[in-house]
Amino acid sequence: MRIYKIVGLVLALLIALAFPLVSPNPAVTTVAVFTLIFAAAATGWNVFSGYSGYISLGHAAYFGVGGYAMAILCQDWKIQGGYSAFWLVPIAGLVAALFALPLGWIALRVRRHTFVVITIAMFFILQLLSYNLRGLTNGSIGLGLPIPIDWGGDFYDIPFYYVALAVLLLAIGISWWVRNSKYGLGLLAIRDDEDRAMGLGVTTGPSKLVAFIISAFIVGMVGAIWAYFVESIYPASGFDATFDVAVVLMAYLGGLGTISGPILGALILEPAQQYFTVEYGANGYYLIIYGALFLVIMLLLPRGIVPTLTDRWNRIQLARHRESAPPMPAMALSTGSGAESTDRKEEINL
Amino acid sequence: MSFLEAQGISKAFGGIQALETCSVSVEAGSITGLIGPNGSGKTTMFNVMTGYERVDSGQVRLNDKAITNLSPDKVFRLGIGRTFQLTRIFPRLTVLENMHVAAQRNDFKGLLSRWSSTHEQQRAIELLDFVGLTSLKDLQAGNLSFGQKKLLEFAFVLIAEPKIILLDEPAGGVNPTMVNYLADRIRKLNQQGITFLVVEHNMEFVMNLCDKVLVMHRGTKIAEGAPAEIRENPAVLEAYLGD
Repeated sequence: MRIYKIVGLVLALLIALAFPLVSPNPAVTTVAVFTLIFAAAATGWNVFSGYSGYISLGHAAYFGVGGYAMAILCQDWKIQGGYSAFWLVPIAGLVAALFALPLGWIALRVRRHTFVVITIAMFFILQLLSYNLRGLTNGSIGLGLPIPIDWGGDFYDIPFYYVALAVLLLAIGISWWVRNSKYGLGLLAIRDDEDRAMGLGVTTGPSKLVAFIISAFIVGMVGAIWAYFVESIYPASGFDATFDVAVVLMAYLGGLGTISGPILGALILEPAQQYFTVEYGANGYYLIIYGALFLVIMLLLPRGIVPTLTDRWNRIQLARHRESAPPMPAMALSTGSGAESTDRKEEINL
Repeated sequence: MSFLEAQGISKAFGGIQALETCSVSVEAGSITGLIGPNGSGKTTMFNVMTGYERVDSGQVRLNDKAITNLSPDKVFRLGIGRTFQLTRIFPRLTVLENMHVAAQRNDFKGLLSRWSSTHEQQRAIELLDFVGLTSLKDLQAGNLSFGQKKLLEFAFVLIAEPKIILLDEPAGGVNPTMVNYLADRIRKLNQQGITFLVVEHNMEFVMNLCDKVLVMHRGTKIAEGAPAEIRENPAVLEAYLGD
């Protein structure tokens, strides 16, 4: 099973690396860049919300901060269009992470629904600031980013594709580490029962805050790539509430709290959205089709694709176990009232 | 000598006085029962001792060190484990993952490492063996039966090697065979040095298992002594049968 997994992952990576070379059509590679951007954003969002169960509807704030950081740094440091601007992507992520530190500290003082409301409020505060801090953001006119004039129309998407892919791979790596580390296990325990987790020694407050910051770092980097790709940023595009909806839907569709779920969700939803926009954008029907598609999926797979399939597999396993297993070992031992037993069950070294 | 001690604890929820200058103590190495009618304050006392509730007044001491109003994670790290009346496991994690949650070490390096390291994996399997759940280790814990969840909660408290375990109604809703099994496990662990404080309504379970029994009524302790003495104590009979 493990070898199939590794082979599958290597194949997926090779396909992703070869894709823009095999299919150089700019219309297709543009969709691919947006898909990778949203896959990375959904994965980053999932590192916090998916694993801890705290649903943030304000991560567009960090997307916007990342985008604006990119634009402002390019302007102030006189960065020309080209490869060198990509070095600013991690710095933009760090700026977003810095913003997330105090905002997360405040928001995480409350739980569940109140937390959701606070994240939305913080998103609107940052959006308003971007309109009003004209000296920094140029108000509603926004900021332009350097245009890589050397890159022709056929080539323009390619560097963005590979940088977005690199950020996605980094996000997957972080997500994988979180899912498999003790730290991540603590986050998953918080998702299931925060007070119980605390009662078992999990330091819930710092754990949540660190995940929030990591998540903002990834989403900030994504915002920077996006801003550079579309060559401009203004408050309504950088701090866009539909970004939050899209990212959350992607994570839910694929499977919240899983490594592959958000990527799968982005791979399905983003190209579908782009296709519907192109085909039915003029009459607005695309929104109806998009909504109907989502409703059907939610009705058939309410927990997302990956958890639903995993659940079905688990149930089959459980049924097999119940059919084939002898009575529980515990029960077999329990007929006496404390009779001495000599098997290894008694030899627990405490 | 008292190992865990609550001195003069008072705790009110709005107008309801759940604990009123209540003092209880647990001897090191003992299995102590804590009984009383519904609403007598047993679970509140557990919550106060484990940091889930803050006291209005009074002091909690572990090994003669004040631990009053420490947060639950700090209390746990000091060596007090507990289970809940309504079992609280992590239903979306596997049985094995549940075990590892309690094995958290809060040093930086420990948190970065994988939870399924060899040493801890072995320890978790050993304890699952001890409660008879090894064959179910890869199942989601939410799929376990009620009794199995009780055993899992008991096992994952053990993985952190607590010095004292507070069991809140371990036999509640569990079939008689499992109850005997649980009593057997508690005795074994007690022989290895773990102290127990057990809240339970199943009198047969308490009287057969415990060295000493404390009785609470209306937020205060009304009696303490050996099980045989408690059976005959008029104040206890009055609390259970009176009013």
